[in-house]
Amino acid sequence: MMRINIDSTPSSLKSFLNELPKVDQVGAAARAAMLATRSIKNDSKKKAIDLAISMVDLTTLEGSDTPGKIKSLVTKALHPDPSNPDVPHVGAVCVYNDMVSIARAELDRIGGQSIPVAAVSTAFPSGRASMAVKIQDTQDAIAAGASEIDMVIDRGAFLSGDYKLVFDEIVAIKDICGQKAHLKVILETGELVTLDNVRKASYLAMAAGADFIRTSTGKISPAATPPVVLVMLEAVRDFYNTLGIQVGVKPAGGIRTTKDAIRQLVFVKETAGDLWLDPRFFRIGASALLNDLLMQRMKLQTGYYAGRNYVTID
Amino acid sequence: MATSDRIDVKKTYKLYINGEFVRSESGRSYELKNKTGKFIANPAQGSRKDLRDAVTAARAAHSGWANATAYNRGQVLYRVAEVLEQRKNELITAYTLETGSTQSVAQKNVLAGIDYWVWAAGWSDKIATVLGSTNPVAGPFYNFTAPESLGVVANFPIISGGFLALSATIASTIVTGNTSIVVANEKSPLIAITLAEILATSDVPNGVVNILTGKDSELQPWVASHMEIDGVEASGLNKKSLGELKIAGAQNFKRIAYFKNSTDYKEIERLSAFIEYKTVWHTVGY
Amino acid sequence: MVFEYAPSIESTTILKLANRYQHFIGGKMVAPAGGKYFDSLNPATGEVVAQFAQGSKKDVDKAVQAAQNAYDKIWKKMPAAERGKYLFRIARIIQERSRELAVAETIDNGKPIRETRDVDVPLVASHFFYHAGWADKLQYAGLGDKYSSYGVVGQIIPWNFPLLMLSWKIAPALATGNTVVLKPAETTPLTAMLFAEICQQAELPAGVVNIITGDGETGKELVNHPGIAKIAFTGSTEVGRIIAQSIGNTDKALSLELGGKGANIIFEDAPIDEAVEGIINGIFFNQGHVCCAGSRLLVQENVAGEVIEKLKKRMSLIRLGNPLDKNTDLGAINNAPQLAKIKELTQAGIDEGAEFWQAEVNLPTTGLWCPPTLFTGVWQSHRIAREEIFGPVLSTITFRTPEEAIEKANNTPYGLSAGVWSDKGSRTLWAASKLKAGVIWSNTFNKFDPTSPFGGYKESGWGREGGRHGLLPYLKSSVKG
Repeated sequence: MMRINIDSTPSSLKSFLNELPKVDQVGAAARAAMLATRSIKNDSKKKAIDLAISMVDLTTLEGSDTPGKIKSLVTKALHPDPSNPDVPHVGAVCVYNDMVSIARAELDRIGGQSIPVAAVSTAFPSGRASMAVKIQDTQDAIAAGASEIDMVIDRGAFLSGDYKLVFDEIVAIKDICGQKAHLKVILETGELVTLDNVRKASYLAMAAGADFIRTSTGKISPAATPPVVLVMLEAVRDFYNTLGIQVGVKPAGGIRTTKDAIRQLVFVKETAGDLWLDPRFFRIGASALLNDLLMQRMKLQTGYYAGRNYVTID
Repeated sequence: MATSDRIDVKKTYKLYINGEFVRSESGRSYELKNKTGKFIANPAQGSRKDLRDAVTAARAAHSGWANATAYNRGQVLYRVAEVLEQRKNELITAYTLETGSTQSVAQKNVLAGIDYWVWAAGWSDKIATVLGSTNPVAGPFYNFTAPESLGVVANFPIISGGFLALSATIASTIVTGNTSIVVANEKSPLIAITLAEILATSDVPNGVVNILTGKDSELQPWVASHMEIDGVEASGLNKKSLGELKIAGAQNFKRIAYFKNSTDYKEIERLSAFIEYKTVWHTVGY
Repeated sequence: MVFEYAPSIESTTILKLANRYQHFIGGKMVAPAGGKYFDSLNPATGEVVAQFAQGSKKDVDKAVQAAQNAYDKIWKKMPAAERGKYLFRIARIIQERSRELAVAETIDNGKPIRETRDVDVPLVASHFFYHAGWADKLQYAGLGDKYSSYGVVGQIIPWNFPLLMLSWKIAPALATGNTVVLKPAETTPLTAMLFAEICQQAELPAGVVNIITGDGETGKELVNHPGIAKIAFTGSTEVGRIIAQSIGNTDKALSLELGGKGANIIFEDAPIDEAVEGIINGIFFNQGHVCCAGSRLLVQENVAGEVIEKLKKRMSLIRLGNPLDKNTDLGAINNAPQLAKIKELTQAGIDEGAEFWQAEVNLPTTGLWCPPTLFTGVWQSHRIAREEIFGPVLSTITFRTPEEAIEKANNTPYGLSAGVWSDKGSRTLWAASKLKAGVIWSNTFNKFDPTSPFGGYKESGWGREGGRHGLLPYLKSSVKG
């Protein structure tokens, strides 16, 4: 809808984005800090932990990834706590292009058909490749069984003001995804620097057809800072209120503890609202987080603090 | 015909309101006599309605005067000193007439008064620096405090200070951007009106200084209760009058200041008595 | 999966309440001369927190005498740097006892623990720490060496920020070398009595701080006591006026921090989401029991629809309830007369034809509560646009041009605070320069700091509290009579 509304000439895109309300950095940080004081205890905490587990995009994005590591990862994705079948499976696994088929096949083999495989794409993490390569990257991943594509935007183009180029790339990748894959657009907010840019990039991605907007690659610091997540949640909320299109949000990078994760859920609840408290619309890109969630879950069940060797390392 | 036979042209002393010289709307004047009982003049006896008109003028003049640049206000005050210097003899004459003092006493007082205008002129663009501040709040905010003019101020100058005290009360009030209504002491209207006549030929905008003569005991209650008067310099009032002023002035929380007599009146408290401090916070971020 | 917040109640075990608290006079806890006590209630439950001594003329006499003795014999003679050290000590003890003080304040006042813990008590500590350092630097306060202390200062504080207002009063008074007789509000005396204990812990010389509890009559005795050289009052404009009148024929100095009807101005280019937070913080912080509350929302017509829609959604997220719950945003209304006043003015708004909206909330069955309330379609002539409601009730007025915004904002006898929301620096500074208010917050609201002077224009008060300017009301100028 928005894609139709904005006639996507460079100048109209630019003026649309520049006319978005600005973000006061101090105010956004203050709001995030206030929400961070929410105290989530007992039953709420238990629910929040399970909800968070179900939202984890369990991720490994290392040059040293091996088929064995991927198989281990997807096993954990399906049964985060092998001794406790009550624990929900994670939202998705997120891997590099060449690991997609391995992840997909293993998930299918062990009964994890319902867990999607997300592939980082478009020359992740830098995005420095030709459009042809980016398209090929995406097509390969989908062909290998990826049902979610986590693409990066061209931050260089964005920062230089060439919103049209960024827009067109997203549109092109979205066209390839079609009905076969959900598109998550990684803004790499650490490189966009300002919250005004985060808001602009969020709208640009949503207008171009993103199903999700994702904060970061995880390769750049700062990543999913609280004010960044807050601004992106405001963007999807307002986009939904205006156009009725519900776009998801995925913070990724730096969310390592249960406290961090629950904080994310509080941000969601008090910013975008309950509609987003759903793995279809909120994901947390993480790797180490899952174990902390499991340990906290054990603490709630047993009443004592869990040990690190009671959860699996991968 | 010899000059000594010439009939003097006697002067009529009027009120000074909004840059104009007017008779009291009440039609009243009173007899001013010197210490030996000799008739000097018939100054106007200002009424509550004259006060009301003066307040209207002072209120109307406030915004323009307060918003003039400090540099501009400083030059206007300095210009007053220039004009005074040129016409100091008129003031010396008025002073001697009223007080019966010697020429040299009068001259000393008048010259000190003129110098006071120069002193005050120099304050216009320094007061914010001296009285303002930036405040290191514990957070991502730029925070500063700046003085601002209060508004309309009524002045009851100390009579014993003569022209110097009169100059001090007016100049220290208006240099910060306030407008003034001077209620001259009953016994000292000539100096005040002479000053008014000089101000009228200076660059002080109409309504910035208004001078009423008459009985301060009559005008004080109306000053105290007028809701458009923001501050009162009460140094010339007696204890009883001051108490009444404070009680009635509490209705709109007038800022009331009472200064001890002074040798030179060059005290920054005279300026700071009629300013408000405004503190502004702004977020610091990108 | 539904994710709601379970109750997360702050433990009260840290607070050891006495059944009865006495006056604090001459360094000792002293029973009231009249032998009478009154109850202070927890407004969230209606339960009695404790009993407090009812101060009489005799008690006030005794306290003033103790303060005068301490002034003449100890405090006036003490090297300023040593005076400062006591204030540093007090600041540190407050930090150490901060959780206890926060719990006590929440129980006695009804305000959320999140605010007492994160705002009130930290500011109390910082206020003492800040003023401690002034004690031996008063020659830089602006009067050169032409100053002295007053002697015994009588201080009367309100119930909205009991301990914070105590610190705003006592810290500058002591730093400038005065001694104090303070009367806390009748409905919130608890933390003042804990502060009395802190004075003892800090070994503050006896009589430097005296605290008398009681009602308005006690306050009157204090104001009219001939041994008081200066009065500092925070409270309503009505009472401030009465005090000013009652001491008109004396030489007593007076500083006042009174009411307000602050305008919170939202320009079309405002950072809207942060502005909505600022509106919320402006009027719902501390249940709107804030003299500088942004109780008049002035919003530019072309963004009014969007702002109000977002505001209503945000208001619906406000968590009202048990003030001890760490997730509570809006606590209890402090006292029954205040709730009655809020209701009366709310009804007046409805009767005058303004559009009334309240967030849907379940009010607790016991205690005093008021839901977050919004009026739109308010005119300048409505009572809810002119009178201080002192509760969680916001009146919205629209404007078209910047000049109109300023004209409406200034069209009140009050002049305490204002907010300006814009992304344009020149517009912000222009508005800040035109607003007749002592504190202007731009792109923020209800921020306080000991270094930042606070106080009102017009009928909002006399003098400033905080910063260098806040010392001046406690320093007697040798130039003034």
